[in-house]
Amino acid sequence: MDGIFALAVDNLLSPIILFFALGLLAAFARSDLTVPESVAKGMSLYLLFAIGFKGGASVAAHGIDATLLLSLLAGLILSFVLPFVAFTLLRVMTGLSVTDAAAVAAHYGSISIVTFVAATSVATSAGLNSEGYMVAVAAVMEAPAILSALWLIARYDSSGSGKMEAGLLQEILLNGSIVLLVGSFLIGVITGAEGLAKIAPFIVSPFQGVLCLFLLDMGLVAGRGLREARDVLRPGLFLFGMVMPLIGSMFGLGAGLLLGLSPGGVMLFMTLSASASYIAVPAAMRVALPEANPSIYLTLSLGVTFPFNLTLGIPIYLTIAQALTGA
Amino acid sequence: MQTHKAKRVEITIEAVMERRLTTALVTAGVTGFTVLPVLGGSGRSGQWSREGQVSRAGGMVSVVCIVRADKLDNLLDAAFSVVERHIGVVSVVDCEVLRAERF
Repeated sequence: MDGIFALAVDNLLSPIILFFALGLLAAFARSDLTVPESVAKGMSLYLLFAIGFKGGASVAAHGIDATLLLSLLAGLILSFVLPFVAFTLLRVMTGLSVTDAAAVAAHYGSISIVTFVAATSVATSAGLNSEGYMVAVAAVMEAPAILSALWLIARYDSSGSGKMEAGLLQEILLNGSIVLLVGSFLIGVITGAEGLAKIAPFIVSPFQGVLCLFLLDMGLVAGRGLREARDVLRPGLFLFGMVMPLIGSMFGLGAGLLLGLSPGGVMLFMTLSASASYIAVPAAMRVALPEANPSIYLTLSLGVTFPFNLTLGIPIYLTIAQALTGA
Repeated sequence: MQTHKAKRVEITIEAVMERRLTTALVTAGVTGFTVLPVLGGSGRSGQWSREGQVSRAGGMVSVVCIVRADKLDNLLDAAFSVVERHIGVVSVVDCEVLRAERF
């Protein structure tokens, strides 16, 4: 317990978390601090490019094995299954309608790539190596949850809402973030350590600084979102936003241990299973399930679960992964 | 200067629906439209601002079309088929244009 506490304090006092907190505070204080939209977009492209490439280069160095394929399969299954867990929990803990519960559940089956990037950074700082292909697992876990949510709607809602219209799945799978992440990963696999050495001054050294600035923006966005949508955050929902990541992380823990991943890999699997989407899934839900209230799912995933994972969740996952893998 | 009567249709819709809407408009024979970003606003769901959005899911765009009156019904049918289930506003006003052959 002391270990978790010490790690949580260390994590809370790291630059990335403090910049996130600064963004949150600035938003709550109604400061006019903003990161221009195009700069934020540029930073997110940079982070995806860097994390994808480094993951690919790591796979090139360690080789491709059966565990990679099994990890991808496990990620796919978890993304399909977690929405059912979230949906059941939401129906028990909150008074959400079937439509809103299914929409929220989809977010918790998918992943937050920024949380993943932050967890990678924390794992590296803690001296833990992880499997480079976890980047590919993250990409695989982005979309299946949407299908689960639409199935839940079809099963439990008789109003006929929730349609998987033609082209939506293609739109989700080819969204810019996934294309860049997977593309950079593949280029990293092809070019390997030699390719990484060539661009290391661009993607390794500045990474932490860019992540700090990006998290400042995320803090601003999360804070403003929370301020505007605080009325929808009833106690049951708020609690769900913190309990669900812990439950999700246990699924990731089980998968990581069964696959025999490294401590860092187990911790990243836990983080992926614990995180909730706030980019790809909200957009898909607006198209497929417009009747669902966006302020509920966006506030929960971005305003509650994201800060929870960033501040407390990641140290917890790291400690558990270290304890159970003997790292 | 000679002017010609036309209809100006403004459709404010969620950004994620933009491509679906413009595709429907083109299919309905609308050859010209302008897409504008929306900075923020207020409606039945409360106030919102583009500043607080992390993805396109929360953003809105405004699609403006100017058409001859005889094309209006087609345009509205096409627009309604897309916006029916979604947040948004469709408004039609009379306007005048200088070069009628372009609409």
